[in-house]
Amino acid sequence: MAGGQERILRRRIKSVESTKKITRAMELIAATRVVKAHERSSMARPYAEAMTSVILDLVQAGAAKEHPLLQKHEGARSEAILVVTSDRGLCGAYNSTVIRLAEQEIAARLAAGRDYTLFVVGSKAQTYFRFRGYDMAEVFLGVTDRPDYDHARAITAAMVPRFESGEFEAGVLIYWRFLSAGAQQSVVRRFLPLEVDEGGTGGLGGAPMPSADLEYEPSPTAILNELLPRYVEGRVFSALLDASASEHAARQRAMKSATDNAEELKLSLSRIMNRARQDAITTEIMEIVGGAEALGSDRGSKTSLMPESLVPRHLFSQNLDPSDPSAVRH
Amino acid sequence: MTLHVELVSPERVVLDTEATMVMARTLGGGDIAFMTGHAPFLGALATHTLTIFMADGSREVAAVHGGFVSVTNDHVRVLSDMAELGSGIDVARARAGAQAADEAARAGSDTEAEAALRRAQARLSAAGVTTS
Repeated sequence: MAGGQERILRRRIKSVESTKKITRAMELIAATRVVKAHERSSMARPYAEAMTSVILDLVQAGAAKEHPLLQKHEGARSEAILVVTSDRGLCGAYNSTVIRLAEQEIAARLAAGRDYTLFVVGSKAQTYFRFRGYDMAEVFLGVTDRPDYDHARAITAAMVPRFESGEFEAGVLIYWRFLSAGAQQSVVRRFLPLEVDEGGTGGLGGAPMPSADLEYEPSPTAILNELLPRYVEGRVFSALLDASASEHAARQRAMKSATDNAEELKLSLSRIMNRARQDAITTEIMEIVGGAEALGSDRGSKTSLMPESLVPRHLFSQNLDPSDPSAVRH
Repeated sequence: MTLHVELVSPERVVLDTEATMVMARTLGGGDIAFMTGHAPFLGALATHTLTIFMADGSREVAAVHGGFVSVTNDHVRVLSDMAELGSGIDVARARAGAQAADEAARAGSDTEAEAALRRAQARLSAAGVTTS
């Protein structure tokens, strides 16, 4: 009966409402996290920039470029692929996009008759690749929510020695680049081997021109050899920071649209509910009027049953929700 | 004239200040100090303390675990994987770390444990505790 339907609708509205509260809270949390993650990546920038300019100085000073990180390992059959995803979902297409990119990269390697070695950050990619039977060399969890430098160091430590020993021809990073809170970009970046362009504009970005005639201790080559492994760590670290900021931004967006959807659903549900209630009231009036009519025709007197005494406002005031504007129409 | 000193770790700028002198130890094992007008210099740092004599006469000691120092035009930039200011170091924890590293170094004497011991000692001396 109509009253039952109304109760069901009321329950659904309540559940949508509480879901909305949760998604709204998550949206706000994600919003503050975006800001924090962005701050962290801007705090990390001076280090990366200083390091780049130091490397350029060294290269200009004629440091020997025989460090294994700078070598192409032509004979290697495999390439290292590092995919950065999140540990938690509820962030829209964030994870599926990078995973799809990674799958394309892998397929391209396999089609060319080459091999891949997969390094994975985040449980989302882990589950995906495990389910589909991909080989994963190493998995890092609990990183992307708030990456710190030790994470970058651990990841680099897992990849770089194998690269240096000539196992990989190259290394690529697949992650979301954070441009602003409103714009992110999924990218595939080569980060191994490092490419040093003596023109000073190439692979290491546009740094200021180096100052001439530096003193070096111990020697340019020794410093460069110390520096390059850290540079790789820095690259991985900034990728992790970008990925983290993008993840939070993606979650904020996903939760915002969930909140909006809940709001919309609530509105249409309460319309349906009001209609159902109206129908129930109409039916009840009809029944009463019909019953009274039947009684009245028995007695032969209709004066006591004039419509004035049947004003719904008077009879059904307890059924009317005073806070509900749609009920006033009735 | 003062030196502009920046101490930068991968995660943040630890210190950005004006100073009269900066003292560090390079990978070769020798100490080097920079004052204004120093020739452009680029060096790799050992795990040791870095002492900064501030423009206002006070002194700041930091523990740096490897890294680089570059000096150009009275601008000193120290890049370090791990850089901690002496004032921010938890002495009790550092001491416990030193002890653990010491024991490990004694037992196995591998390079890892020795490096950990050196880091712990640098941390302690930056915090103003003398190590024997």
